[in-house]
Amino acid sequence: MKGEMISVSIDTVVGETAKIKVEGYRFVTMSCAELDQTMIDILYHFDKDLELKHLRLTVLRDTPVPSVSPVYFAAFLVENEIQDLFAVRFKGLAIDYERTLYLDEEVKVTPFCKYTVEKTGWGVGSKQ
Amino acid sequence: MPQIIPFGPQHPVLPEPIHLKLSVVDGIITEAVPAFGFVHRGLEKLADIRDFHQMIQVVERVCGICSMMHAMCYAQGIEEIMGVEVPPRARFLRVIWAELHRMHSHLLWLGLFADSFGFESLFMQIWRIREKVLDINEATTGNRIIVAVNVIGGVRTDLNQEQMRWILSELAEVEKEIRRLETTLMDDYTVKKRTVCKGVLTRSQAFELGLAGPTLRASDVAQDMRMLGYAAYNELDFEPVVEKDGDCYARCKVRFRETLQSIDIIRQAVSKIPEGELSAKVKCRPDGESVSRVEQPRGECFYYIKANGKKNLDRLRIRTPTFANVPAILAMLPGMWLSDVPVIVLSIDPCIACTER
Amino acid sequence: MFKRMITESRIKSPWLLHYDCGSCNGCDIEVLACLTPVYDIERFGIVNVGNPMHADILLVTGTVNHRNKKVLVNLYDQMPHPKVVVAIGSCGLSGGIFREAYNVVGGVDKVIPVDVYVPGCPAKPEAIIDGVVIGLQKFHEKM
Ligand code: SF4
Repeated sequence: MKGEMISVSIDTVVGETAKIKVEGYRFVTMSCAELDQTMIDILYHFDKDLELKHLRLTVLRDTPVPSVSPVYFAAFLVENEIQDLFAVRFKGLAIDYERTLYLDEEVKVTPFCKYTVEKTGWGVGSKQ
Repeated sequence: MPQIIPFGPQHPVLPEPIHLKLSVVDGIITEAVPAFGFVHRGLEKLADIRDFHQMIQVVERVCGICSMMHAMCYAQGIEEIMGVEVPPRARFLRVIWAELHRMHSHLLWLGLFADSFGFESLFMQIWRIREKVLDINEATTGNRIIVAVNVIGGVRTDLNQEQMRWILSELAEVEKEIRRLETTLMDDYTVKKRTVCKGVLTRSQAFELGLAGPTLRASDVAQDMRMLGYAAYNELDFEPVVEKDGDCYARCKVRFRETLQSIDIIRQAVSKIPEGELSAKVKCRPDGESVSRVEQPRGECFYYIKANGKKNLDRLRIRTPTFANVPAILAMLPGMWLSDVPVIVLSIDPCIACTER
Repeated sequence: MFKRMITESRIKSPWLLHYDCGSCNGCDIEVLACLTPVYDIERFGIVNVGNPMHADILLVTGTVNHRNKKVLVNLYDQMPHPKVVVAIGSCGLSGGIFREAYNVVGGVDKVIPVDVYVPGCPAKPEAIIDGVVIGLQKFHEKM
């Protein structure tokens, strides 16, 4: 993959993002991918003069992740999207759609998980 | 007490459904909150059932306006993972069709923009010109909008000498007609009245919001993914189009100048195109991760592809330019008149089908 | 007599409403292209309106999903009788290429009755005009 890759943890992700912002990077987007039943990968992509930089955060699905939207406001949309599709909880979102950004209330499952996560039980744990 | 006024999802100015909740005090907007989900289909997930060759047809239908560029971006991502070398002729052909797409998209937008402030005859005129570009698409590929020319490793269709000559002569006419509209679009009193100083974004604001494409370039940031030199852009000569003011008028100007720039790029590409193969052989299956970026009419398009050596991809993530530009609407609207909403919303060239996929 | 006049003018000059449910924009733009000089659907006396209460024909492009089906039903209910629905593009017909995606309910006819189906991906403007003209005949029969 093009660009420099930095691994971060839940405690350092916001700090690293703030550092990158000071260096003058533009927020591009975030991607999320499922590794296995419990772990997911969240990638943060930044760009400066056409050079990419990525942060990689590997977390348990049930752990709430601190939002970077206080640092980069633009992140709120994609964090809401991940919240919708992967049932990961983001703490401190600038605008929180409560998992109704794309999916309607009547849709009860999380499409991108290989096993179902019910909407009511989210944030607490996931059920089969 | 602010009044809440809903804007959309079905609105005559917008061809697509987006919903904005506007808080309004005395006709002036204090807050805007967007709501999405009206065109969400979930096509990233289709990667689980379709194999990586078939996904080209799916990503072409992320958005019908810049479909060719989506396919190109996807193909480049896969080619990077697999280490496929695209033949030079195919790279030039991709540039030609990509620029034709940029032209028809920008003309489409210029028309809709004229319509948003009620200048209907200009809308009709611009769309009349646009049909010429679509005719080129149809004559060379067989379809007007979803041209389906990309395959992994190259392109599917060739252009012969005669076709290229015909394209150039058609484009010469298109250019003449566009130039004839220039005075109306750029100097007209009413147009200026509706667009100058509306929805201003300063350079630092635009950069911080992570905007992309013409919206960013209108705020004086020279960022154009074509400078990465993908396809054959490294062999062509062009500069990013930049404007200083950051208002709706500047955005209109950027897109107008880019339309003309596209004609120029196509001319260069046609004059430099080498002979050779159309596509490279693709064997085995992709394994690995890649990101791929191209400059679409609306800005930077970003693909993240994760493959694991099987025939279906592990994860396909598409971030489209409008997704990056939505925060701009939220930043621009407060403080504007309610009557300016259509103009400002349209000024970022929203493509909701892209945004929600 | 007044009523007859209205009936006749509705047949002669139907107004159409276009709603995009989850289309990829391809069909959408082709519907708009029908209105512009090269195809010019207005020569049949057809006017594009934004208000469902004024509309006689509903053009729907794209697949139906869980959120926009409410909007679609709402628009359909607001239209005055009689009304004709034209579904455009393979998406509107059956879900097309997206039929297996998780947020897709299916074609337009899963939610509201459809009178005319226009195939194509994207449907060509000629086909759309043809569909609308056939829709007009149906409209006439329903009167
Ligand atoms: S039928 Fe094809 S062109 Fe039309 S909306 Fe569906 S995918 Fe897009």
